[in-house]
Amino acid sequence: MSATSAPLAHVTSVPGRSSRLRALVRMPGAVAGIAILVIVAAVAIGAPLFVHSYDLDVTKVNGPLLHAPTGAYPLGTDQSGRSELLLLAWGSRPSLLIGIIATALTMVLGTVIGLLAGHYQGIVGRLLMTVTDWFIVLPSLPLAIALSAVMGEGDTSITIAIAVTSWASTARLLRAQTLAVEARPFIERAKALGASNTQIMVRQVLPNVVPLILVSATLTVAGAILDQATLTFLGLGNPTEVSWGSMLNTAFANGDITAGAWWTLVPPGLAILVVVLGFSLTGRAVERVLNPRLAVER
Amino acid sequence: MSSSSPNLVADEVALGVESASSVAPGGGAGRDFATYLGIKLLAALVSLVAVVVIAFILFSIIPANPVRTLTQGRPVSAAELATLRRQLGIGEPIYTQFWHFLDNLLHLRLGYSYQFRESVSSLIGQRIGPTMLLMGTSTLISIVLGLWLGIRSGWNEGSRFDRIASGASLALWSVPTFWLGIILLVVLSVGFGAFHGIFPAGGMHSPTAAPGAVNTVLDVAWHLVLPCLTLVLVVFAQYVTIMRSSIIDELGNPYLLTARAKGLRDDEVRRRHAVPNALLPSVTIIFLQLGAMVSGAITVEVVFSWPGLGYLTYQALQLPDIQLLEGTFIFFSAAVIGMNLVADILYRYLDPRVRAQ
Repeated sequence: MSATSAPLAHVTSVPGRSSRLRALVRMPGAVAGIAILVIVAAVAIGAPLFVHSYDLDVTKVNGPLLHAPTGAYPLGTDQSGRSELLLLAWGSRPSLLIGIIATALTMVLGTVIGLLAGHYQGIVGRLLMTVTDWFIVLPSLPLAIALSAVMGEGDTSITIAIAVTSWASTARLLRAQTLAVEARPFIERAKALGASNTQIMVRQVLPNVVPLILVSATLTVAGAILDQATLTFLGLGNPTEVSWGSMLNTAFANGDITAGAWWTLVPPGLAILVVVLGFSLTGRAVERVLNPRLAVER
Repeated sequence: MSSSSPNLVADEVALGVESASSVAPGGGAGRDFATYLGIKLLAALVSLVAVVVIAFILFSIIPANPVRTLTQGRPVSAAELATLRRQLGIGEPIYTQFWHFLDNLLHLRLGYSYQFRESVSSLIGQRIGPTMLLMGTSTLISIVLGLWLGIRSGWNEGSRFDRIASGASLALWSVPTFWLGIILLVVLSVGFGAFHGIFPAGGMHSPTAAPGAVNTVLDVAWHLVLPCLTLVLVVFAQYVTIMRSSIIDELGNPYLLTARAKGLRDDEVRRRHAVPNALLPSVTIIFLQLGAMVSGAITVEVVFSWPGLGYLTYQALQLPDIQLLEGTFIFFSAAVIGMNLVADILYRYLDPRVRAQ
């Protein structure tokens, strides 16, 4: 961003970095969202310190089977006698990781297509937008199910399925913003100085849409985590991995609902809810602070 | 994938407005409408072709050995394999294969499910009804509830009502649909402590239900309550957000000031002036969200073993029964494209600027 501070400076009176931070701190939603994310990230990163591989191995644990919470097992145990609390902590890792990788893929795909569609406004742009609109309308879960079924179950296919089905709205946002940026005089100046198409897109437009990409990414992670949980719940995930989605899948398949074993059903879903809420709240707050006026400039 | 987040919806409202203004002006209403209809029909057809191409690539090109993929985990005789190879046109050039694929599709030969020992098209035919019942009821309730709440909170932007409604929408958007269903099952069906569940644990009929049409309807309705409630809770929140932002878009408009200057009560200004205008962009986006509704319905059907197309997809996934998956994928996509076509026509009809001509 700092590389092209000159064009940014005369766009509007952009508030300084510190005042943006202060605005963020004043929003209770933002503080809550960021706090959630910090705590969850700490648990996910620190999990290997207190969860050992034998805690997760069904053949090595020796807890009571499907037991309600006790002192030794604060969140109870699952059908194989594993501690729900440890599973929950460990489950944050694949859930977050797949969510973030899928989002990175989504952002790359959406940004490239959005930039191209916004820059080349002729047939190329129209064609790209037609494809984008098609992907927006299409029901995404059947497509994701078909994709992962053909590619085989596992983390890679889930990640690809999420990226393929979620890039379209990012591309739409990016195109709108690219159009807005390209209407500004400094683009004309760059063109007059003989800048190539690639130079304009990468050196001039891209730095100006980075804030939007960040906001969009935060909100996309939320959706990607939900999608990951859904696809894993449907049985498309890696069957040997412990994630929040797979915990719910196992509990559901084992009939924990009829057994009334709420302790295997409530915590993983609550964890997903809290993390998704954390990303949404943060994204909304950052969006409001940066205020790129997404909807108006088309 | 699971529908855009509430924040991005605002952008889509702008999108809806844009597409509205691009079709509005112009004389000769009759011929104009025919052109409009023609363009929309053509666009729907192109989308449909794209779905077919994607399905072809997914199920026939990507797998190294499609016949092997199709018959995964089943004993198949050499004769059956040969028939399948001939049907799919394997070993022939890609365009011939695609022709076979298209030919089968046009004659509704969607393949055969070895799991159910039935043709895919007849399986889909049996399961459409329950899915339409579930999706229809919950869409209707969600729209009425969502629009009503959205109008209320948008009109009194920033009020306590607005803050609670918006907060609840965001929280409900963050809940995984299937988990909400599980929780409702645990609380309202299985029961909790001294509280015994009052709703069935799944399915659409009780084996013990009394005979007779009235009893059957009551029994199905009793089974419908929990799946429908789950879907409504997850979906209506998005409608609240959509309607709220399009009402807020109308708030600053001078025509509202005029209406107030005429001496209309606040309630009347809202009902007769703001709502009709705000409804237009909302309708388009609500139909755009149908894809999300389908996704929600699939997971809800799985949790409640509701015998619809989503549950069929899940059952197909267990083997996996590839031809059945292919069939449901094409069907879901075609259905959503069809509904969007209906939305486009409806939009044209709802827009007073166009209708008046």
